[in-house]
Amino acid sequence: MWTAVLAGSVTCYLLKLAGLSVPEKVLANPRVQRIADLLPVALLAALIGLQTLSSGRSLVLDARLAGLAVAVVAQWRRAPFLVVVAAACATTALVRAAT
Amino acid sequence: MRAALGIGGVTGAYGASFGAVAVAAGLNPLQACTLSLLMFTGGSQFAMVGTIAGGGQPLAGAATAALLGARNAFYGLRLAPILQVRGVRRIGAAQLVIDESAAMGAAQPSVRAGRLGFWATGLSVFVGWNVMTLVGALGASALDDPGVLGLDVAGPAAFVALLSPRLHRRQSWIIAIGAALVAVAAAPLTPAGVPVLLAGLVAVGAGLVRGPNTPTIEAAP
Repeated sequence: MWTAVLAGSVTCYLLKLAGLSVPEKVLANPRVQRIADLLPVALLAALIGLQTLSSGRSLVLDARLAGLAVAVVAQWRRAPFLVVVAAACATTALVRAAT
Repeated sequence: MRAALGIGGVTGAYGASFGAVAVAAGLNPLQACTLSLLMFTGGSQFAMVGTIAGGGQPLAGAATAALLGARNAFYGLRLAPILQVRGVRRIGAAQLVIDESAAMGAAQPSVRAGRLGFWATGLSVFVGWNVMTLVGALGASALDDPGVLGLDVAGPAAFVALLSPRLHRRQSWIIAIGAALVAVAAAPLTPAGVPVLLAGLVAVGAGLVRGPNTPTIEAAP
């Protein structure tokens, strides 16, 4: 675990430093910029799907889905960040307690 | 300046949820705090502990974190002409290059105000984030089963909030839905950690092919 913590941290730091240090031409390439724009979208969406529906290597529908639905509605109604997260957790906890 | 401190306070609350989620994923409080000090980029940290919580190898989590952290390189590119930092100051400034400081630094009318925005936001988020990670991690480690509080859904809910401002074009929606479907479909078939990387390939493929070129600095936490 410690290896991963340190390896991930060093890589993330070097990426930040690279942005301040590399010549502009490399990162100004339009393809590179498009990928940089789309990468967070794809990764975040994938993580939402996985962490809501998967449990190890199986897919399950459980109380997490109710929590996520509440988070989506809260975000859509432009609720503050903490409200989005707290409402999702509370919903999941309540559904779990009731079933 | 006031806005910078406000952002620091709000992300501090986000830091507490990170600390709690990290401990729920099986990290100890010291590891959670090390991530906040050294990695210091919220989306990557949540992605890493989320992958581990889903049964993935820690190193697969680190790879996901690095992919998500790639956006900071582009913020740095945008900030370099504003900050004009060299030597030790560049080494310090680099650690503070995150969503919030990049947005505040790039949104100012003058170079001087941009520098102030970057440093004030970066430092206030750094302090708030790290202090509250410790609070969240210790709080969650005092619980026997974080699932009782529904903490396992805190990660996905945070990602909804982070993703939402990025869905400003139809192409973003298509990528998001496509990537989520690929990842969920791959989950039963591949080792944990791989589905997220496959979703990343969706973005790389789409970026190589075509699409409007309007990169933006997001103000999301």
